[in-house]
Amino acid sequence: MPAIIRVEGLTKKFGPITAVDGISFEVEEKTIFGFLGPNGAGKTTTINILCTLLNPTSGRAFVNGFDCKTDSRMVRSSIGIVFQDSTLDKDLTAYENLAFHAYIYGVKKAEVKPRVEEALRFMGLFDRKDDLVKRFSGGMKRRLEVARGLIHRPRVLFLDEPTLGLDPQSRSHLWEMIVQLPKEHGMTVFMTTHYMEEAEVCDALAVIDGGRIIAAGSPDELKRSMGGDVIFLKTTDNAQAKRKLEAALGVAPGEEADELFFAAPRAEELVPAVIRALSDAVLSLRLQKPTLNDVFLKLTGRQIRPEEVQGADSIKEELRAYRRRH
Amino acid sequence: MTDVNAIYVIVMRELKKFLRERSRLVSSIARPLIWLFLVGAGMSRLVSPRAGMPYTQFIFPGILGMTILFSSIFSSISIIWDKEFGFLKEILVAPVRRSSIVIGKALSGTVVSTIQAAIVLMVFPVIGVKLSVLQVLLTIIISLLVAFCISCFGIVIATFYESYESFSVIMNFIIMPMFFLSGAMYPVKLLPAALRVASKLNPLTYGVDALKNTVFTSPLKSGPMGPDFSFGADLAVIILSSALFVVLASGFFERKQ
Repeated sequence: MPAIIRVEGLTKKFGPITAVDGISFEVEEKTIFGFLGPNGAGKTTTINILCTLLNPTSGRAFVNGFDCKTDSRMVRSSIGIVFQDSTLDKDLTAYENLAFHAYIYGVKKAEVKPRVEEALRFMGLFDRKDDLVKRFSGGMKRRLEVARGLIHRPRVLFLDEPTLGLDPQSRSHLWEMIVQLPKEHGMTVFMTTHYMEEAEVCDALAVIDGGRIIAAGSPDELKRSMGGDVIFLKTTDNAQAKRKLEAALGVAPGEEADELFFAAPRAEELVPAVIRALSDAVLSLRLQKPTLNDVFLKLTGRQIRPEEVQGADSIKEELRAYRRRH
Repeated sequence: MTDVNAIYVIVMRELKKFLRERSRLVSSIARPLIWLFLVGAGMSRLVSPRAGMPYTQFIFPGILGMTILFSSIFSSISIIWDKEFGFLKEILVAPVRRSSIVIGKALSGTVVSTIQAAIVLMVFPVIGVKLSVLQVLLTIIISLLVAFCISCFGIVIATFYESYESFSVIMNFIIMPMFFLSGAMYPVKLLPAALRVASKLNPLTYGVDALKNTVFTSPLKSGPMGPDFSFGADLAVIILSSALFVVLASGFFERKQ
């Protein structure tokens, strides 16, 4: 399969802040590619470079064979984008927003109406087409933006945190639509998320943290890279238990939320040995198939938490303040 | 072809929103009429009609200029709204030239402003101004040119601001001085030297002057209250400065980090 997105040593600096630090990856055509990482990891910056809103400091990026820096207009006509923040005109109706998009992307006049209506039907918004967008709920707005992204039949659809701030019902509704895009519309979906359950659906993932890609592969590959199932332990004295486990079993447990954890092949067979090594100190023990969350935990030593959105906002503020000064 | 479509759809969006917002339409027509009748009537008592025309008639071209100034700048700085509410991104990632976006936005301001100026123009019989059909047509054509010029200027201003909080700054430090230094309220030649220089740097001055050249008739034209520059000079400055503003605005739009 040919790569529809190719990124080579991409770096983006905002003054003293390095948002993206020499990343390289490829995305295969007609797949769902997920960019997984905490807020402030550099996901949005990468998207902004790929969709030609920002120039990279160094490195190169190609979409549909076109260079994002030198051939930006061709890149722009190959892609559709749903940004993290709404980019709808709230004073226009749903239909008008989509028709505007169709015209500005050069859809032929006779084609505008059928395409807009098709997209509205696909996203389940046809009966609200003449309502002003300001009367839409958050979930409907997001679906409308995805509908808009489909109008000009792009080769690649970028979704930046498409389900952020949506209630669970709207999220699953939107997901049902997104997973159909590669097969039914022949599109490649490039999405960022910090929801692990959404990352599970992707064909391929790149885990990004601090502007660097720290792991890449399919969700299964990433989980297999943990080297088996994960044992979680609560003990009376974690520090002592850690030392005992290292000595007896030769494993190096991590610690998170008062629990020790380590992955091992055939972990279930290790349970008696763990109990023997720690005897009375064990308060509880559980065994778990590795999740993407465990992968992330192992790679970065921390979890992606919703609270981190706070920290991300401050980074954004910092960037904004920096831009204002320059 | 894509770019023609883009310009068309950007203008249609503005027009649709303009006609939908009744309060904006009403207040944009009411402002010049209030100035014309309240300020004009009051000042008429102070200013002797030494030039052979009442003050209300003297400021009529200036009030048309004011209508164009306010609505063109308002229309252009709606780009700041679009920035704040994200819609500008939707336009910027579209496969169209930045200059087409600038021209689309400028034509939006031009259309909306000219409609308003044409409505205000229709009160001319009420204040005793006599205009031929040709003068009315010419006034509308000049309004189009001036509106385009000021809209482009507004876009240049809008590229410097990120949030709508800057609106009062623009209002107090750009729109109001531009209005008072345009010769709308008093002839430029009567201003003190320093202000006269500022006036001559103001693109609106030439717009108002072109309107004076069109609206005022022969004996008044050469009087002390008449136009300050020749009609040809006015047009030349308006057209050249429009071109300059288009280039500047496109350049500022193209700027990426």
